[in-house]
Amino acid sequence: MAQVHHEYDDIPGTFVFDAERSRRGYGINMFCMSLMKEENRKAFKANEAEYLKKFPLTPEQTEAILKRDYNRMLELGGNIYFTAKLGATDGHSFQHLAALMTGMSQEDYAQMMLAGGRPIEGNRSKSDKDKPMATKSKSKTKSKSKTRKGSKRG
Amino acid sequence: MARIIAGVTSSHVPAIGAAIDNGKTEEPYWKRIFSGFEKSKEWMAKTKPDVLIVVYNDHASAFSVELIPTFAIGCAAEFPPADEGWGPRPVPVVKGHPELAAHIAQSVILDEFDLTIVNKMEVDHGLTVPLNLLCGTPKEWPCPVIPIAVNVVQYPPPTGHRCYMLGKAIRKAVESYPEDLRVVIFGTGGMSHQISGPRAGLINSKFDKAFLDNLVNNPQKLVRMPHIEYMREAGAEGIELVMWLVMRGALDDKVEEVYRFYTVPASNTAVGHIILENRGKAARKATAKLKRAAARAKQTVRRS
Repeated sequence: MAQVHHEYDDIPGTFVFDAERSRRGYGINMFCMSLMKEENRKAFKANEAEYLKKFPLTPEQTEAILKRDYNRMLELGGNIYFTAKLGATDGHSFQHLAALMTGMSQEDYAQMMLAGGRPIEGNRSKSDKDKPMATKSKSKTKSKSKTRKGSKRG
Repeated sequence: MARIIAGVTSSHVPAIGAAIDNGKTEEPYWKRIFSGFEKSKEWMAKTKPDVLIVVYNDHASAFSVELIPTFAIGCAAEFPPADEGWGPRPVPVVKGHPELAAHIAQSVILDEFDLTIVNKMEVDHGLTVPLNLLCGTPKEWPCPVIPIAVNVVQYPPPTGHRCYMLGKAIRKAVESYPEDLRVVIFGTGGMSHQISGPRAGLINSKFDKAFLDNLVNNPQKLVRMPHIEYMREAGAEGIELVMWLVMRGALDDKVEEVYRFYTVPASNTAVGHIILENRGKAARKATAKLKRAAARAKQTVRRS
């Protein structure tokens, strides 16, 4: 299958939930959505692997769900607002999930947030670590906005 | 004529709702956040809008991946709070304004903004948390609400420019509604936050503060900002900030900043809030109308 490169693939530690991921992850997200109902939560908890058979999931997706590998779920098309429902079904707070995805302990993560969060410096780009957007894309932004203005007024 | 008198932006962090529902608002962590909205609640109580238009996003509550409308307008008579997995929030049912909502839908669609019309919808924290922050926890919300849901969950959300222009179309629609209604528009979500993946926890206060400044005085600069810049600088979920531009588009080019509040963090998010009032043409027009009416009244008195 043709791989389309996107500018946002360069953002470190980020899986952008775009149309392609949404297409691939439909089963993950519909499974998570089903957990909004108490009877489904019970059925899932009673036999997780069996319950997952009801949804169109690849073996990798099923494995990621069973292992609670949240980053892998995102990579395979899950969306955080949906996968958070799985976390809630397991009785976890959102901060627990956030910490899990960052590889930090919940305590360290909470402490980082209290201290002002993860800094932007060093976290902008995989290729070009510390250049702020404002200076990097000035000329680009200008030319883009011109075409956008033109096309939107049609 | 109905008119938009002011715009409000506010983050809609779910944990703020949970803090209210679980009686934690007096704890120091949460008090820091709620105290920033005390003046805003006074402003709301004094302003007494007739209708609120609330631009927000649904978080896999009313819309799953089965149906993803880019823009949707709630035209129902009421919108019950959604069960987000812990039972519905114990907040009042949100009453709609079906007449004005239908009028807006008709007007903006003819202005080439193809909104999805929703006649049955539950609303989640994205809409109810800002209502709490501005209105407190009353038994009934103080006025009808027209929800406008924007897709910011699946990339790409509408561009900032599109959001801003929709705001202008909404304003035009409101001003062509014959009843004298004073409308306040909310833009919700943001500010910087990322809640997914290894970069979760990202906060960029410098970006947020510049965004607030530009929102007031230089919205054209924000209107041109590409999505990549929101996601890179303000976090993958920080892209919610495009919704604030619908609010800004509905206001005058020059506005009066009445109040601003910013704090980090609420859970995983930077909380930003601003109140902007229209003091331009509309206000002048209204004053002129009053003067003309007064002059007419005088003449009538003289003639009689």
